[in-house]
Amino acid sequence: MSDGPAAVTPVPPPPEPEGGGSVSGLQAFYDRAGGLLVPVAAAFLAFLIGGIVVLVTEKSLTAPFEAYKAIFEGTGVTWFIPGVGDTAEEARDLQQTLLITTPLILTALAVAFAFRCGMFNIGGQGQYWVGLLTGIWFGTHFDGAPMALHITLTVVAALLAGALWGGIAGALKATTGAHEVISTIMLNWIAIWVGKWLLEAPDGYLQGTDPSLPRSNDVLDSAKLSEVWNWGGLQPLHAGIFIALFAVLVYHLLLNRTTLGYEVRAVGFNPDAAAYGGISVKKNYFLALAISGGFAGLAGAIDLLGWKYRLTSTEFDANLLGFVGIAVALLGRNKAVGILFAAFLFGALDVGTSPRQLDPEVFNPELATNLATMIQALIIAFVGAEFLILYLWRARKRVGWAGPRRVEPELKP
Amino acid sequence: MSVAEASQTPLDRLRRLGEARSLAIIGIWLGVLAVWLSVPPFTIRALVVPAAAAVLGASLGLWALTRGERKLGWWAIGVALLAILVALWFQSEESAELESVFSIGLLAATFRFAAPLAFAAMGGIFSERSGVVNIGLEGMMLAGAFFGIVVVAETGQWELGLLGAMAAGAVLALIHAFFSIHLRADQIISGFAINFLALGVTGYLFRSIYGTRGTPELEERIPNVHLPLIEDIPFFGDLFGNLNLMIWLMFAVVLTSFIVLFKTPIGLRIRSVGEHPKAADTVGISVFKVRYAAVILSGVLAALGGAYLSFGTGNAFNENMTAGRGFIALAAVIFGNWRPFGAFGACLLFGFSSALALRLQGSPLLPSDLASANLLSTLPYVLTLVVLVGVIGRSRGPAAAGRPYVKQ
Repeated sequence: MSDGPAAVTPVPPPPEPEGGGSVSGLQAFYDRAGGLLVPVAAAFLAFLIGGIVVLVTEKSLTAPFEAYKAIFEGTGVTWFIPGVGDTAEEARDLQQTLLITTPLILTALAVAFAFRCGMFNIGGQGQYWVGLLTGIWFGTHFDGAPMALHITLTVVAALLAGALWGGIAGALKATTGAHEVISTIMLNWIAIWVGKWLLEAPDGYLQGTDPSLPRSNDVLDSAKLSEVWNWGGLQPLHAGIFIALFAVLVYHLLLNRTTLGYEVRAVGFNPDAAAYGGISVKKNYFLALAISGGFAGLAGAIDLLGWKYRLTSTEFDANLLGFVGIAVALLGRNKAVGILFAAFLFGALDVGTSPRQLDPEVFNPELATNLATMIQALIIAFVGAEFLILYLWRARKRVGWAGPRRVEPELKP
Repeated sequence: MSVAEASQTPLDRLRRLGEARSLAIIGIWLGVLAVWLSVPPFTIRALVVPAAAAVLGASLGLWALTRGERKLGWWAIGVALLAILVALWFQSEESAELESVFSIGLLAATFRFAAPLAFAAMGGIFSERSGVVNIGLEGMMLAGAFFGIVVVAETGQWELGLLGAMAAGAVLALIHAFFSIHLRADQIISGFAINFLALGVTGYLFRSIYGTRGTPELEERIPNVHLPLIEDIPFFGDLFGNLNLMIWLMFAVVLTSFIVLFKTPIGLRIRSVGEHPKAADTVGISVFKVRYAAVILSGVLAALGGAYLSFGTGNAFNENMTAGRGFIALAAVIFGNWRPFGAFGACLLFGFSSALALRLQGSPLLPSDLASANLLSTLPYVLTLVVLVGVIGRSRGPAAAGRPYVKQ
């Protein structure tokens, strides 16, 4: 996409509507605009607006700062700074943050991989559930299997189940042109209701031994992932985080170092050009969504085997990890490193606002969890609307915040 | 000569298609009648009667098929087959058991379940017909449900509550419109953010205003409409004599949506902006204005659906109380092929499946695990996937939906 000098001046011009505002056009713009400006500004704006909401509702000037401080302290991020606070407590908090970061990385990869192929996978949530439900079956069966085998079997089965769920949407798009946004939304709800049915219906197939409770049995000990970091507290950090980090590496290498990744990206940039170049667009639509689903299914499996161990049907309404993954992918700009940072931010936000971490005296956790949802929504909106950020950035210069206007040298590409 | 022929042939084909269409629609209704005959209050025990109606419906469908009306033709055949299956099954069941499930109450419940969906679906149709994809319907419903009930609790007047709900929906829709029209943000991302935003804002304010007590007991809710004249008619009166005001409003909104979209210049403008914005712009239609109006209208309508949930059929607000209804409405829009009556039919079907699911729970008609409402709840989504794939007729959206318009 050579746009001449305009694209490299510090103030990017309104991007050309290439690709007619399609996802691929958006991705092309992301790649060109580059930089950290939009994500950082989006996050800043979102937290700012969240602060204003707290200010107005709590009717106190200091309330936003106290609330954000309390949330920040609950995340355990201060563990990285030696000499501040109680190390053990910080470590326990950080443990929780990383516990949530782990699935978020994977659900974000599920969005990002499809995005790089020019598709919007809203089905991460459903693929997560399908993976988790499959994990329950494999995790509660095969008593007496050796640990390594049992874990591998369960994780692979969940991954394949997620890939199947994503692959359905991919196959539908490839064969009939059904829009993946609609089909993944529908598949999400199908997964949720079937999941509830499996756990709730009298004698649900995955229901545990107590027929009065809508929940599954615990997975067998041989299927549980081992602890890697335990400072006490409720849940230790499990080995799933290494699986997630490995998945990020796989994501990066798959996209940038393999033929498959090259084809996926080519289709994402411009399906017509890719087809002209001899790449099967349909095959890549299917593969990209199947691989996406695999990432999300993996998230479900390691959440289950790492710390949940069982599923209660009420969680279908409470757990939005698949949806938050969309925010993570957008904020991380579908790049491996960006996703890591964004997942950590959202994991920290989630843990910092949870009732367990937040002192109700300072800020009501029930408000805080909703504040977190609001901030996530605003970040999604602002990252999606780069024009707004770029417009504000330019307005800043116009008002003169940026000092006297300099004539920027025009760089030739 | 050749010109005359060329201009006549498509017209003839259209006329033939028109005939086939009405035949197929009659066929579908015959199938529905066949189902109806085998349930209370008729409960006809002779298999011949419903079977005859079904066979007639199926043959009409087949006839329509041969004349090129594929979608509705297949539908007629499908409904007829279903009718025969249902008739066969119900012949063997006890009358009392059937009556416990199939009653006027079931139809009334169908309306109650369908109403919130129908409002949001009409909103979705306006928005998408103008070229703006709106997956934020869910959030707009939720906002309507919450802000409506807040106003009712404060003022004690349901009329003001409806206005409050509409205003809240309009504001959220305005945000969606601004992001997707002016800022040219991806409409999916923007709509998705709207859902999240509504979830966060309503949850936050709900807790901030009402704490853990929940919304206070309402003095007023949206009233029912008593029709003394109709109330005494045996079957009809039981159903229509005492419906909620919002259900009558729903009928009015559906009818108005159809008339506005397909019989007025306004509708022509909306549809042209959604199909080919550049052409519309060229003839002097302001693409931005039409899209803004349509998206805001969609927010207002979706919020009405939410308001009906919180202080029409219900009397309290709960966090995330819409629970995916906005997405069912979206499914109805697609299922109904972006047409008001089609979408309304889909809403009735989805509402009926919800009502049936509720009544089948614990009924001896079905084995217990199949009777689970959860499994029946997947019906709207499965059907939408089926329609999306094009097994029973392909559903096609407006050509420019999802694409921001850049004025040149």
